[in-house]
Order: sequence, then C-alpha cells, then structure tokens
Amino acid sequence: MENTKPASRGFARHRREDLIGKTYTYLCVLMLIVVIVSIVYFVASKGLATFTKDGVSLAEFLFGRNWNPTGDTPSFGALPFIAGSFVVSMLAALIAGPLSICAALFMTEIVPGKGKRILQPAIELLSGIPSVVYGFIGLTVLIPFISSLTGGTSVGYGVGAGALVLSIMILPTITSIAADALTSLPRGMREASYALGATRWQTIYRVVLPTLAPSLWTGIILGIARAFGEALAVQMVIGNAPFLPTSLVQSASTLTSVITLNMSNTVTGTVQNNVLWSMALMLLFMTFVFIIAVRLLQRRNKL
Amino acid sequence: MKSKKTLFGTLTLSAMLALTACGNGSTTATTETSAAGSGTTPAATETPAAESVSGSILAVGSTALQPLVDQVGQKYMTENAEVTVQVQGGGSGTGLTQVSEGAADIGNSDVFAEEKLDADKAAELVDHQVAVVAMATVVNKDTGVTDLSKQQLLDVFSGKVKNWKDVGGSDQAIVIVNRPSSSGTRATFEKYALGEKVENVPGAIEQDSSGTVKQIVADTKGAVGYLAFSYLDDTVTALSYEGVEPKEENVQSGKYPIWAYEHMYTKGEPEGAAKAFLDYMMTEEVQNADVVELGYIPVSSMETKRDAEGKTIQ
Repeated sequence: MENTKPASRGFARHRREDLIGKTYTYLCVLMLIVVIVSIVYFVASKGLATFTKDGVSLAEFLFGRNWNPTGDTPSFGALPFIAGSFVVSMLAALIAGPLSICAALFMTEIVPGKGKRILQPAIELLSGIPSVVYGFIGLTVLIPFISSLTGGTSVGYGVGAGALVLSIMILPTITSIAADALTSLPRGMREASYALGATRWQTIYRVVLPTLAPSLWTGIILGIARAFGEALAVQMVIGNAPFLPTSLVQSASTLTSVITLNMSNTVTGTVQNNVLWSMALMLLFMTFVFIIAVRLLQRRNKL
Repeated sequence: MKSKKTLFGTLTLSAMLALTACGNGSTTATTETSAAGSGTTPAATETPAAESVSGSILAVGSTALQPLVDQVGQKYMTENAEVTVQVQGGGSGTGLTQVSEGAADIGNSDVFAEEKLDADKAAELVDHQVAVVAMATVVNKDTGVTDLSKQQLLDVFSGKVKNWKDVGGSDQAIVIVNRPSSSGTRATFEKYALGEKVENVPGAIEQDSSGTVKQIVADTKGAVGYLAFSYLDDTVTALSYEGVEPKEENVQSGKYPIWAYEHMYTKGEPEGAAKAFLDYMMTEEVQNADVVELGYIPVSSMETKRDAEGKTIQ
C-alpha cells in the first residue's frame, strides 16, 4: 500500500517522457517526409512540364540525338547526355571496382592489422577531398597527359578523362563497403576452409568472395550512383559538347554537366529551363533504380 | 536529463530555422535590415541629412557583372551606413527571373531582358545600362594567327575550317572552346562577331566560366575561344577582328563591334535605396574609377548606341 504511490508517480513520469520522446521523433520523421515528398513533387512537376506544357515529345527527349534548345527550330534530344552519364559511371566502376575490392581484401585478409591501420585512413582521405579539387587536378594534370598519350591528335577532354577522375572519387565508397562486408564474415567460414587444406588464395576466391558477392555488388552500385550524380569534377574534364561519345577522347556531356552549365543562364518557366528539370527528374529516377537494385541485392545476402 | 532536452529543442529549432531560411532567403534578409533600420531611426534624425536613404538592396544575376556591383556596393555601403547592398551571382537568366518575380530588387544581366523573357514580362522591367563589356577572340599562342575576318571566324566556329593553316596560321587542328548554348556571352559573340547562330561542332569543348576558358585556351594547342577584355593577358593571343584591334578606343569609336551592355534591371522605376544606388553607379566617381579599373568601358564614353535588336541607333 505504501509503495504504490511513488511507483505510480514514477510510472506517470515515464509515460510523460515516453510521450515527449515519441512526439519528438514523430515530428522529425514528419518533417523529413515533407521535405522528401516536396522535393520529389517539385522536380517532377517542373520536369514533366517539358512534356505537358511545352509539348516536347518524350521520345524526342529520350532518344533524340540533337540538342539545340536555343536554335530557330529548337530540338531537345537528351540521348547524348543520358548515354554520357551511363558510359562515364560504368567505366569508372569498371576501373574502381577491382581496385577497391583488392584494397579491401588487402586490409582484411592479407595484412589485417597494419594494412587496415594505414590504408583505411588513406582511402577515407580521398572521400574528404572536394570534387572541385579532383576536377582541377584532372584539368591540369590528367588532360595534358591523355593528350600526350594520343600523340597530340586529341586534346584529351572526353569520357576517358571523366571516368578516370570519377574512378578515384568512388574508390572510398566501394572500398569501405567491401571492407565492412569482409570483416563481417564469420571467422568460422575461413577457418573451416583452412581446415580443409585450402590455401589463402583458394579461401578468398572460393569462399570469401562468393559468399560476399551481394555486398560487394552493393558497394559497386553505390559507387556507380555516386558517379552518376557527380557534376563539377566531370564537367571540368569531359568537354561538354552535346554529342554521343564515340571515342574515349572525344568531348561529350553528362546529364549533370549539362544541368550545371545551363541552369544559371536560363529563365525559370521557359522550355530551356524545364528541359533541365526533366534531366534532374531522370537523375532522380536513376537514383531510385540504383536503390531498388541495392535492396534486391541485400535480400539475396547469404549471411 | 535537462541538458538533453535543451539539446533536442535546439536541434529541432535550428532545423526549422534552416528550413524557413531555405524557403525565402530574401525575406529574412529584408526583415533583418528593416528592423536594424528602424532601430537606428533616432540616430538618423539627429544628423540633418535629409537625402539619406536606408534599406537593403538585393542584386542577383550575371557573374560577368558581379565583380563591379560587388565593389561599388562595398564602396556605397561605407559611405551610406544605412544601406545594405547584397550581391549574388547565379547568371543572367537567374537575375532576370528573380527581378521579374520580385524576389530581387535588381537583376543583373549581360543581355537585354527582351532576349530572355516574354515580351509582357520584359516590358515591366526598367533597363539601367551601367557599363559596356567588350569581348575578344582569343587563340593559343602557337596558332600563328593574329587577325580574322568575320567570314573566317564564322568558318572556324561552325566547323567548316578545321585547320589553322586554312586561315593563314600554322598547321594545327582547330579546337573550339565554346560556351553553352544558353550563355549570354555566346549570344553576344554569335550576334556581333559571327553574325548568326552556329550549331555545336562535334569535338568542341564547352565551358561556362571565363577563367576556365582562358586556362584551356592557354594550355591547349590550336584552341580558340572568346573572353571579355578584363580577362585578356599574355597567356593567350587576342585576335583583331576585320583588321581592328581589340582595344577600348576602337570599341568606343564603334569600329570594333563585339561588345554588349551590362544591364541592371529593376521592376518598374526604382525607388529609395535601389534608386540611390543605381544613381551612384552612374556617377563619374564610379564610372571613371571602378568601371575602368575592372576592365569594363563606361557607357558615357561610347560614341555609338544599340537597341535590343542590336541595331546601332546613334
């Protein structure tokens, strides 16, 4: 009887705290949802206006090769940019993927203690460098180098330079995800493999890599997503001519580089401005695709 | 426990503040300064400066004009403590949009509003031509070319001529360093140097920033681009146009045609602080000092005038 009073008072206090905490988190989540929904709505309403209000056909936008929005007969073919974005991101992943996975293997399997202590901060440092610095290095070092590789027949701007710059930028993303996955592998699996007489190399490519394949692919896809969305560094080295990339060293464009180059020069509400929002919508859509791909891969995770 | 709650509270508050600030940057700026203005009213009445103005001015737009407005704004603020001048870049398109929508007091632009906005929207804006910016064709130093005619320039930028030796230079492939098709600088160059709009040429490089264009032209063999006079130095070669050297006196006399006005647009006739600032912009003190110093040409020194269609009217 004597104990009930303080107990119920404590109970009431806990309930109040609980309520405050709950309201707070609900408010935060609500704010987040409002922000996300309004961004998607804003980009979509602007981006779709190109097709609904300005009468540009979706087929022309997606498959047209001719980009001349200010011409006397304007054309809005964004295929060169869509193709450019895909080509640079895929090439970047092709270069960075094997490098990152090897770096991660080195840090976790081959020289676990020291390797990780030295290599991990070094790679994390790469992710802290602003993209304008990458672009600037690309412009002053990489471009003349590529130009000299072609014997001066080309000036060096193009998807090749873009992919190289991007591959360095996405190294940390893929490496850290791969390294996390590798450390999460239960020791027992490796030890069982060694117990069966497998060498370290056999253990890595028969046991470790197949088991972790979904996680490694997740890292690569997130790297591609990062490359797809990168604007500044790519814009500085790709050349930005609105044409389908036909060679590694020919000036081309990406969706992001066209948006950044033209956004400030166009007036809100005009078709020239709306078509840039359509490209932003396309980028948003691609991000959804990448996220869905990552989700599907995680479901297949064997651990 | 208590400190945690305060922390949560501060976090939410700051997040909300950040959100509202994002919603309308210019509103918060105006309220801030108007509050400051009313606070100092008693002090202002003490000094018998009847013509003193107060308030805040937001000028947005052209990055080519930004350095001038920025510098003159700083100078104006030291002389008129009651006025705040905020200058933002964003490009001519942004400047025209913002002033037309009323989000900015002044819209800076490299082009006439009629060229970018609908006719009815452009009619609401009042043009203040504060300076003239002239451009020169620039080439890499090794091309061996110093003068191009209008036709030769058009052939180069339309991709008809692909080697410098065809226009009297050394045997080098031409690399065009252009601006994006929406750029005001490109529009000016095409209109007054080439005489017509040209299609994009495969293999051409496009960049929006003058600094980057200069660097690429200086570093790339056979490169050709165009830059405002203020960017010219000995890392690149500035070409004569139809035999006329890219010099200020040739622009003023009307011999050299590749130039455009820098505009500061207001929605309707300017009032209060904006009017005072624009008047200040046109004073000799600014026109003959800051304007010249930053590589622009004073409007008053021009012997020719142009209208929005580009026709010479005087």
